[in-house]
Amino acid sequence: MIPASFDYHAPSTLADALALLEQYGSEAKVLSGGQSLLPMLKIRLAAVGHLVDIGRIAGLEYVKEEGGFLKIGGATREVALERSPIVAAKYPILLDTARVIADPIVRNRATVGGNLAHGDPANDHPATMLALDATVVVAGPKGERTIPVTQFFKGLFTTALEANEILTEVRIPAPPPRSGGAYVKLERKVGDFATAAAAAQITLGANGEVTKAGIGLTAAGPVPVKATEAEKFLIGKMPDDATVAEAARLAAQAAKPTADRRGAPDYKREMARVLTMRALKTAVRRAGGKA
Amino acid sequence: MSTHNITVTVNGTARTAEVDSRLLLVHLLREEFAMTGTHIGCDTTHCGACTILLDGEPVKSCTVLAVQADGHEVMTVEGLEKGGKLDPIQDGFWQEHGLQCGYCTPGMMMTSYALLKRNKQPSEVEIREAISGNLCRCTGYVNIVKAVQYAAARQE
Repeated sequence: MIPASFDYHAPSTLADALALLEQYGSEAKVLSGGQSLLPMLKIRLAAVGHLVDIGRIAGLEYVKEEGGFLKIGGATREVALERSPIVAAKYPILLDTARVIADPIVRNRATVGGNLAHGDPANDHPATMLALDATVVVAGPKGERTIPVTQFFKGLFTTALEANEILTEVRIPAPPPRSGGAYVKLERKVGDFATAAAAAQITLGANGEVTKAGIGLTAAGPVPVKATEAEKFLIGKMPDDATVAEAARLAAQAAKPTADRRGAPDYKREMARVLTMRALKTAVRRAGGKA
Repeated sequence: MSTHNITVTVNGTARTAEVDSRLLLVHLLREEFAMTGTHIGCDTTHCGACTILLDGEPVKSCTVLAVQADGHEVMTVEGLEKGGKLDPIQDGFWQEHGLQCGYCTPGMMMTSYALLKRNKQPSEVEIREAISGNLCRCTGYVNIVKAVQYAAARQE
């Protein structure tokens, strides 16, 4: 399958890339890893006049700790998360997530920024970034701005990114001591989108009570879902089986999945409940608590 | 529509071509360079039949633009054999009967070759995980895993 014709640009600096976006406006689209965009162009679900490839811009691929944040460059490949010692040691939720995105070959090209900027509620990073309270950094003609992930997803394949902006970084606040997270995904086969998936990030207090909770759901509606009722419910409580079960029930209530070949809404909502429960239990265990 | 003059190093040899923006890397290899060892399977980023190495990492060449490979190194199944001698991974697929219809084989071998470069002695789980983006619809995975293990034991 061949995409419809387009012009291809490979700027070597961010400034040049932004100038191209400014010049071509809504006819332009940013190409990052291309593992979602190229298939969409090939099956002609999408067509663009100008592809602006950010793959040749130096300095957009990194995973580093700085100023109380984990900073991930927008064009960082998923495989880099899988191989990052920082991620392995301190962000198991990110490792869980990276390892279930598409398949290992796709992950050699696919980027973290692309996974978010694509705005697909069935992608895996959005739920995780919601659970982690991440912020995205965006470069545009007027300079840089930051957008909390909670305000980033606007609709199906629609984000807060303007046509002349590029997602350059994801910032995750470093979790306090006694924190843990997990991402659990149900998929029909390797490489499939989630039937349902849940991300949970937990911080425990001195007595083992939950002091901070983040829960995100994948494929649970037109935008990635942050299960705020469930998060609120957990605060101040001991994460025992009954509490975790109730939080999972509340999280599933926030899910508004649609029917497709992966299942009916009721089934997917039930799976969201079960997966949230599992993600919370693993998160609590990784935070050093009992679950 | 724009065209681009690109140079891609394929199996160690610099090759040039004038390509359309929308030309896919797999078509550059098969049609411009007449290297048909790389197969087109699903053409939708699922099956891995078109897997090649781009700067040493396996990628699905149906989901990379030819122009994106400009200035980069590509290795295809044709690059495995050196001086008339099969690479251990090729030998492994032969000795362990790691193929039935053979359609997935070039992609399987490129993925496995890259795995063994990174991990000299992968466990069975690691092999199965590495090839999870390569589909064998003859379902010959048992012998494919054996073929990779054979190569792991014999590589230099």
